[in-house]
Amino acid sequence: MTPVGSPKPVDALDSAGQQPTATVSAPQSGREFAPARPIWQVLLIRPETVTLALLIGAIIVGSQLSRFFLDISYILESSTLYSEYSIVALMLTLVIISGEIDLSPASMMALSACVFASVFQAGAPIWLAILASFACGLAMGAFNAILVIGFRLPSIIVTIGTLTLYRGLAQVLAGDRSISHFPDWFVGIDYREILDVPVPVILFTVAAIIVGLFLGMTIPGRQIYQIGTNEIAARHAGIRVQRIKAGLFVGMGLVASLAGLITASRLASVRYDMATGGELQMVLMVMLGGTYIFGGRGTILGTFLASWLLVIIATGMTVANIVVTSQLIVMGVLLITSIIATNAIYARSQR
Amino acid sequence: MLRKSLIAGLIAGTALMATTALAADKTSIVYIPKNTGNPYFDSLVQGFVDGCEKAGCTFTTAAPATAEATSQIPFITAQTQRGVNVIAISPNSPDALDQVFDRARAKGTLVFAVNGDITGNTQHRDAAILPVDFTKTGPGQVELVGSMIGYEGEIAILSATTDAPDQNAWIKDMVATLKSNPKYAKMTLVATVYGDDEPQKSTTVAEALLSKYPNLKGIIAPTTVGIAAAAQVVQSAGKAKTVHVTGLGTPNQMRPFIKDGTVSAFQLWSPYNEGLLSAYFAVAVKEGKIKNEPGATLDVPGLGKVTVGPDHVINTQAELTTFNAANIDKFNF
Repeated sequence: MTPVGSPKPVDALDSAGQQPTATVSAPQSGREFAPARPIWQVLLIRPETVTLALLIGAIIVGSQLSRFFLDISYILESSTLYSEYSIVALMLTLVIISGEIDLSPASMMALSACVFASVFQAGAPIWLAILASFACGLAMGAFNAILVIGFRLPSIIVTIGTLTLYRGLAQVLAGDRSISHFPDWFVGIDYREILDVPVPVILFTVAAIIVGLFLGMTIPGRQIYQIGTNEIAARHAGIRVQRIKAGLFVGMGLVASLAGLITASRLASVRYDMATGGELQMVLMVMLGGTYIFGGRGTILGTFLASWLLVIIATGMTVANIVVTSQLIVMGVLLITSIIATNAIYARSQR
Repeated sequence: MLRKSLIAGLIAGTALMATTALAADKTSIVYIPKNTGNPYFDSLVQGFVDGCEKAGCTFTTAAPATAEATSQIPFITAQTQRGVNVIAISPNSPDALDQVFDRARAKGTLVFAVNGDITGNTQHRDAAILPVDFTKTGPGQVELVGSMIGYEGEIAILSATTDAPDQNAWIKDMVATLKSNPKYAKMTLVATVYGDDEPQKSTTVAEALLSKYPNLKGIIAPTTVGIAAAAQVVQSAGKAKTVHVTGLGTPNQMRPFIKDGTVSAFQLWSPYNEGLLSAYFAVAVKEGKIKNEPGATLDVPGLGKVTVGPDHVINTQAELTTFNAANIDKFNF
């Protein structure tokens, strides 16, 4: 039940279950409201709950499939193979909640890593190379932002274009060869452990907490939901829509170059084809986490759980020697199931 | 009564565990091809299966969907976790796998590069099992075309791209062989052309060869795309009797040309033999029968004596396998 006043107003109960901070029309007296749903329903019937249930289910199935599966150090080690994508997926969650999409992050990872490697190979100190990589990420993100926001082009088309463009530039820059021989301290981030947890996993977890707090607790974070729910209403409410969206696209560029550096460290080499097809994995994580593809709904907790779900499923099936074609089918079925569940839950909570 | 059956059950259980432990004592090998659905690697896998049956090892294979540089990493990690003794892999990248190889080897797993080596990073694997001694490819091809044309007349080479490293090395050997060996003194190389490994372009340059050199007697195409294109052109032109096509091709692709007599023989190595050798070698090393060091030798049934070369490289075959009407039906890749 939405209050009258604006044509498509923001849901009073948005997906995080909190009161939006900026645009709540005062309830008009004399109108009847539907009774509030019981608290257990609010807590349980959520997309993240579905993801959590799937995660627990996957762990149980995985441990039944192979006796080699349930080994925390192995699962953590395997998760380092996905943590770059997981970190980018966190940022991508914000972009999708805001009603846009970015399909270029995997290519941005490749190009910024190629910039890093080329600068390093040219003899520059490694800190300069890392700086160059972030500058490249910033520029790529800004370019996406200019096209989407400045020229008002649909982000899906723009980023499909830059997906190809950035990958092409990476190939021009690095050629078909791979660049390696980085200093020892830079190589092997996935083998460095703090309290037996590999560094990329820690980075991912810390990033999830930071981004989660930003999205849930800060004013700009809450405004992202409103932009995604109804951009026109958000603009009328005085939200700086363009500025926030531009910030998100630039943020994608920076996060992608961080992910590119982590990958370069993990593989000890850089090639233009780094993370090919990774954008689909990232979108898969966001979707599995219950983020609504048309914007306005979704949480970082969901994406966080979905990243682990993906790790558990892929790891569990690989260690059980399940052929890769069956693995792809399982992933596809899972994605469709989760989208149906997400839509059903949102339809229910919107009544 | 209950206790008796319990004890019996326990004994049966212990016996069962003992037998599984015994089975686990056999050397376990996993082979990770570049990707799924490639008949070349299916043939290699069959070699492993047959080799393991005879040499006594347990074998599995697991492959990623794509041949992308990093797609094999999760498989290596998973197999290490499964505790296999030997990981045999046709690496998709010469350097992106170094770290994960090191990790597997630190846990006592032997890592063999099969069919292709991680050139420049060979310290990260235990041995490499390569198809054939590639220095013999050039001379072998010259001898084959020579035997077809009676060691006399004009020949041409149809290659892949101008900068294909393998083909260029072989062509260099061919030219050197033609010059240095008096046996081939009456053979003249009139042209070397490049079809870029594209069927259409290879066909066009092969047609150009026929019209430009009417006295041409032989074409060597040391690339699978080139040889098929050249055979097709000669067949369409009805010149199979006068122009002899040979080179490197796969049996499945060349079968029709062998059957109808357009091509009398061509060469390649046998991926099946690579699998076979890898299985025998893995068992021998794991059971301590031979040391994995340069100079060690191993007798493999059907392949003869193979020697571990410098840098732990083993060539499965000294010479290329020649495929002709007599033997082609034994191969399926």
